[in-house]
Amino acid sequence: MNKTKALATGGAILALLAVPAFAGPDEDSLVINGETEIVTEAPAPAHLEGVLDTIYSGWRFRSDDTQALEMDDFDNPAMLAVDAAAATFETVDGAAGKSCASCHEGGPESFAGLGAVMPKVRESDGKLVVMEDIINECRTERMQAEEWKWSSQTMQGMVALIRLQSRGMPVDVAIDGPAQSFWDQGKEMYYTRFGQLELSCANCHEDNWGNMIRADHLSQGQINGFPTYRFNTTGLVSVHNRFRGCIRDTMAETFAEGSDEFRALELYVASRGNGLSVESPAVRQ
Amino acid sequence: MELTRRQTLIAGIGAAAAMVLPIRAFAQDAPMVGELAEFTGGAEPGTGDITLTAPEIAENGNTVPIEVSAPGAAEIRVYALGNPVPGVAAFTFGPLAASQAASTRIRLATTQEVLAVAKLQDGSFIADRKEVKVTIGGCGG
Amino acid sequence: MAEGVKPRVKVPKSASAGEAVTIKTLISHQMESGQRKDSDGNVIPRSIINRFTCDFNGQNVIDVVLAPAISTNPYFEFDATVPESGEFTFTWYDDDGSTYTDTQSIEVS
Repeated sequence: MNKTKALATGGAILALLAVPAFAGPDEDSLVINGETEIVTEAPAPAHLEGVLDTIYSGWRFRSDDTQALEMDDFDNPAMLAVDAAAATFETVDGAAGKSCASCHEGGPESFAGLGAVMPKVRESDGKLVVMEDIINECRTERMQAEEWKWSSQTMQGMVALIRLQSRGMPVDVAIDGPAQSFWDQGKEMYYTRFGQLELSCANCHEDNWGNMIRADHLSQGQINGFPTYRFNTTGLVSVHNRFRGCIRDTMAETFAEGSDEFRALELYVASRGNGLSVESPAVRQ
Repeated sequence: MELTRRQTLIAGIGAAAAMVLPIRAFAQDAPMVGELAEFTGGAEPGTGDITLTAPEIAENGNTVPIEVSAPGAAEIRVYALGNPVPGVAAFTFGPLAASQAASTRIRLATTQEVLAVAKLQDGSFIADRKEVKVTIGGCGG
Repeated sequence: MAEGVKPRVKVPKSASAGEAVTIKTLISHQMESGQRKDSDGNVIPRSIINRFTCDFNGQNVIDVVLAPAISTNPYFEFDATVPESGEFTFTWYDDDGSTYTDTQSIEVS
């Protein structure tokens, strides 16, 4: 891409995007079921110095009506998929005659804390893995069952069930050591302009968060609440599906869900939320 | 101006229609007229102790939380006047209902008025209405 | 029976006689409106939950007729009076003829 041209065109489009009225995050605080306090505002992690002072959960950018649906697990439609996943956890599938519970005897609860540190680099093979990878590897290798489609409700329900066990814990993904090269790759993508609109993630979620993009209140694009139940699709949306949607909307050829590019981007975007609580499964418009 | 036979006929039909339509606002919405008349028997709902709670602005028309409440009502019906099919729900309250109120989540195709009509024990009808703006999302719509 | 339909109901475990209790219900259902078209331009047939009832010890609390304008995963919240200990019965009626029921008991002191 011709960088000078990209900057000029992108700038013109941004001028159209940004409206003068800045409406920042609201002042509401999130307590789920009247007991789990969720940190929706935190000092930005050190790697964002000079870029952001404070990070905010997307929950703070939503209307009161949307916010309310996440404050009680009964009102949260994502919990239908989580309930289904809890049943699946106990259900034998595949040639090995195993269920998740056959190995993970402590139940989904035994994954407490995992959601807060994913994605991470696996020591055994140096691969950057996200939750969907771990689940599908269990299915194909240990259960000898068919793998689940990345963004299927079955897969995302299971991702949500596992991340739910870490709800309220601070996001703390590692970005150094073996993760460094993946993180660098993700950061590079975050600032790369894609598509005919020549927009990067940063153009909206770093330069214009708090502004309106048409009738939508732009958040910082944090993923601490994924998988997220969206009214738009009336189902759980995966991180990679959201990435794909954003890049598609720049009118670009997008990367595939489950691609190494999106794994790296997931690590980088997750690290921008280090310090916020895991909020999964969140509810958004 | 002398009216032709055809003009007179058209004016007559218009006047007749205007008399039949219970609430002027529904004039442009033929299915709505039928649906409401089926409930009220053509009677125009009055005002009274009925509250429809709905957001002024809905972030997505797929899931709009609403609440209806009409103390003492036998039945409450909800209509979305701008939907292809205006009827949304009909709540009938039994002897063990502690209040004549209910909440649900509805679909609104576009910015429009939502109407709640309650049938009271004496057979009369009262209504409340709220305008809900349905916003178009960001890039994806 | 439509696939994956599963009700969730929230009722307090106990109450005092004559007390009003708040009940919440949610059921997983696509609520296909009959207004949408598939990629070939054919109308996807309507398939919704068309009625929901709640009874307590055989007496009715609420009876709801649902139209396609009720959102995916229909949700209802309402108040019931509980005169004595007993059981709530919740029933959802699907367009395809199937019904889904759930029961919840409540202890009244």
